[in-house]
Amino acid sequence: MARAVSTQRKAFNTVVAWGVALLIAFPIIWTVLTSFKPEPQAVATPPIWLGFDWTTKNYHDVVQQRGYFSFFLNSVIIALGSTALGLLIAIPAAWSMAFVPGRRTRDLLMWMLSTKMMPAVAVLTPLYLIFRTLGLLDSRLGLVVVLMLINLPIIVWMLYTYFKEIPGEILEAARMDGASLWNEILYVLTPMAIPGIASTLILNIILAWNEAFWTIILTVTDAAPLTKFISGFSSPQGLFYAKLSAASTMAIAPILIMGWFSQKQLVRGLTFGAVK
Amino acid sequence: MGQITLSKVAKRFGDAEVIPPLDLIIDDGEFVVFVGPSGCGKSTLLRLIAGLEDTSDGRILIDGKDATALGPAQRGLAMVFQSYALYPHMSVRSNIAFPLKMAGLDKAEQDRRVEGAAKVLNLTNYLDRRPGQLSGGQRQRVAIGRAIVREPAAFLFDEPLSNLDAALRVGMRLEISELHERLKTTMIYVTHDQVEAMTMADKIVVLNAGRIEQVGSPLELYRTPRNLFVAGFIGSPKMSFITGAEAQKAGGATVGVRPEHLRVSPSEGPWRGTVGVSEHLGSDTFFHVHDTGLAPVITVRADGEVALSHGDTVHLTPQADKIHRFDQNGLRI
Amino acid sequence: MSTQASRSAARTMLSPAVILLFVWMIVPLVLTLWFSFHRYNLLTPERYGFIWFQNYANFVTSPDFWGAIVNTLILVLGVLFITVVGGILIALLIDRPIWGQGPVRILVISPFFIMPPVAALVWKNMFFNPTNGLFAAAFHAIGLRPYDFLGQAPLASIIVIVAWQWLPFATLILLTALQSLSSEQLEAAEMDGAPPVKRFWYIVLPHLSRAITVVVLIQTIFLLGILVEILVTTNGGPGTQSTTLTFLVYKEALLNFDAGKAAAGGVVAVILANIVAIFLMRAIGKNLDA
Repeated sequence: MARAVSTQRKAFNTVVAWGVALLIAFPIIWTVLTSFKPEPQAVATPPIWLGFDWTTKNYHDVVQQRGYFSFFLNSVIIALGSTALGLLIAIPAAWSMAFVPGRRTRDLLMWMLSTKMMPAVAVLTPLYLIFRTLGLLDSRLGLVVVLMLINLPIIVWMLYTYFKEIPGEILEAARMDGASLWNEILYVLTPMAIPGIASTLILNIILAWNEAFWTIILTVTDAAPLTKFISGFSSPQGLFYAKLSAASTMAIAPILIMGWFSQKQLVRGLTFGAVK
Repeated sequence: MGQITLSKVAKRFGDAEVIPPLDLIIDDGEFVVFVGPSGCGKSTLLRLIAGLEDTSDGRILIDGKDATALGPAQRGLAMVFQSYALYPHMSVRSNIAFPLKMAGLDKAEQDRRVEGAAKVLNLTNYLDRRPGQLSGGQRQRVAIGRAIVREPAAFLFDEPLSNLDAALRVGMRLEISELHERLKTTMIYVTHDQVEAMTMADKIVVLNAGRIEQVGSPLELYRTPRNLFVAGFIGSPKMSFITGAEAQKAGGATVGVRPEHLRVSPSEGPWRGTVGVSEHLGSDTFFHVHDTGLAPVITVRADGEVALSHGDTVHLTPQADKIHRFDQNGLRI
Repeated sequence: MSTQASRSAARTMLSPAVILLFVWMIVPLVLTLWFSFHRYNLLTPERYGFIWFQNYANFVTSPDFWGAIVNTLILVLGVLFITVVGGILIALLIDRPIWGQGPVRILVISPFFIMPPVAALVWKNMFFNPTNGLFAAAFHAIGLRPYDFLGQAPLASIIVIVAWQWLPFATLILLTALQSLSSEQLEAAEMDGAPPVKRFWYIVLPHLSRAITVVVLIQTIFLLGILVEILVTTNGGPGTQSTTLTFLVYKEALLNFDAGKAAAGGVVAVILANIVAIFLMRAIGKNLDA
């Protein structure tokens, strides 16, 4: 509904929009700023906006004293592992539902969606006990599997909606041209769906990276990702705002940047295609 | 070779019978057109032949061999789709070469055949473009090229011209006909447009609600339509149908007469009516005549120079030997 | 495009996903139901035994339960209200022609990508903290006594944190919906003499209604499960002032180790979530037909 408006009007809108946007993003901006402050200046009253003694000491401290990298590594392994595994299982499933729909395809999709609606706390005890019995507590494998399962419905749904946009006739043409099922998926479907698959990949890395229920409950130290690392800052230990900020900045930066590139897909992914 | 026999072929989707058992023989080298209104099952029939759908019953023989259980790739047929179904991420060259690549031909042979097809189809200058950069007509040619290089037993066309504008459609129609003259390969062509059917076909198969209404050459269908449906479907503008006493007099429950078989005169003739809309095409004029008491409207073709205005009274004379008579059940007498 | 061959291939390719999800859903659910009928404390497992509905009775009649239900409702409704109203306003704002629409969008969307513990801790320490927080500094600056947000108004503070996290989601979806509204419709209304407010009320809002429904339903599903934000800020307190149903179940399970009672609470949570889910599925299912 964009329409031509006067420059004056546009300037006014711009100022208001930027104001609101900066306000919303302010906690993030403030966190990043604080991460570069010496601890005493981080808690100074009145707050120091920009005129502080810029330092990267907090980052050094977080990396060296708190063992940031092992948490970071766990986050990477869990996010990438669960997403890759999920795609591997979801691509064939989405292919089936998009191109060979049956009478029950719709019900199946809705059922997959419904598994996403089970409150995590409801299965907290049994899952905890199962993990304990299987020795999966505090293991990366356990978390990879759990996060894959949590996000599998979203992955299937996103891929399904992307695949649906590829005309079935093209796959039929490939079949007429003598392509086997494998060749059809490899040479025709996958290249055409690359943008959709990439979006699905990115959104699910983001979701897995930020998942904070199971990652906190099911880990202690060995498999603990950044969510657990950050929660460790919840008990006060003197002046630590700058270090908390540095740790937070490092925990959110990679995903924040990925997120910026996936805005559009986010809508489709999180609304299960209901809003495009 | 490309002789295709359908024997008692039927298709059901669940309880719905889309195609009741039908028999059809398509001879080698024939240009066969499946024509009928939308939803008549003509595309389904084509897809059954292609192997993109399973038959519910019956057998499909290609060159005498039972192909009913074969997958689409093994039947040696090539198909041109309505949407062209080009691979958007591949160049024109790769598109045309794709079936050859799937068949495992070596690169040199692939190139030789692609170049050959491109030359025939005037695509040589576009080989390195993507389908998205081509016009509708060019895309159509690429789709045909992809079919040609396989040297199939038969070509299947699924409404290939319906996405083109009117002028291009006439051009492509000619090109496909010429291609058939040159290749002498069996072609099966599905369309809802009876003009395409009449102009291109060696043999027309008129389908309605999954049943074959009539099979024959264009002129056979025009001259001796077997029933009311075919009579009304083939020919443009449509045949006018007359029922009642006047039809009885002519010897049928329903009598049909084509616009071109009626003579119009301001004063004499057995049928009398008033002129409604006139469509002037220049060479011809079509008059829609109302108030004849015989049919709601009777269409007449007259010379382009005949001058009649809205509301004029006219008299019509049917050519006695060109009248089509049908019985109670709509069958030709 | 379905032949016998392609259908059987489809089944094969579909089955891993279906089987995995089925096991993932059914096994813990059955176990939860099972535990919910048993006395089962992880600290005293030897006293394990079948006790019918005792866990449910204990859970529902515990003094914390109704408070937790009320808190859950306040949290969910509060966040929904802020995010939907805020989301509409911001979406309308960003949708106008402005300079730098891209960067503005990026700023607005950013909070959504912040992991919950970071969001909670940043707000808790750097904003709400009564001695060093920014709000305290702001109160000082205008001559007021600092307010202990998390101590005095724990639930409202958590609502602020959660609403901040979800505002971008609502905004983004509403913006997407807004952009799909054809300008011709609005111009037609303008020609028909409808002033801006009426155009919003009679054309824009109805157009957004579907997106709003989706936002409300999806957020509700997620909001019912909010735990980490409470865990790292108030730990459910002070007292039980910020204990929600989810947190109560968590407390029974991993702080009191009462697996039986936690399971009963879990079943209650499932029932609640399902009520919302039915509506959500209907809204999304409708879209599948289209």
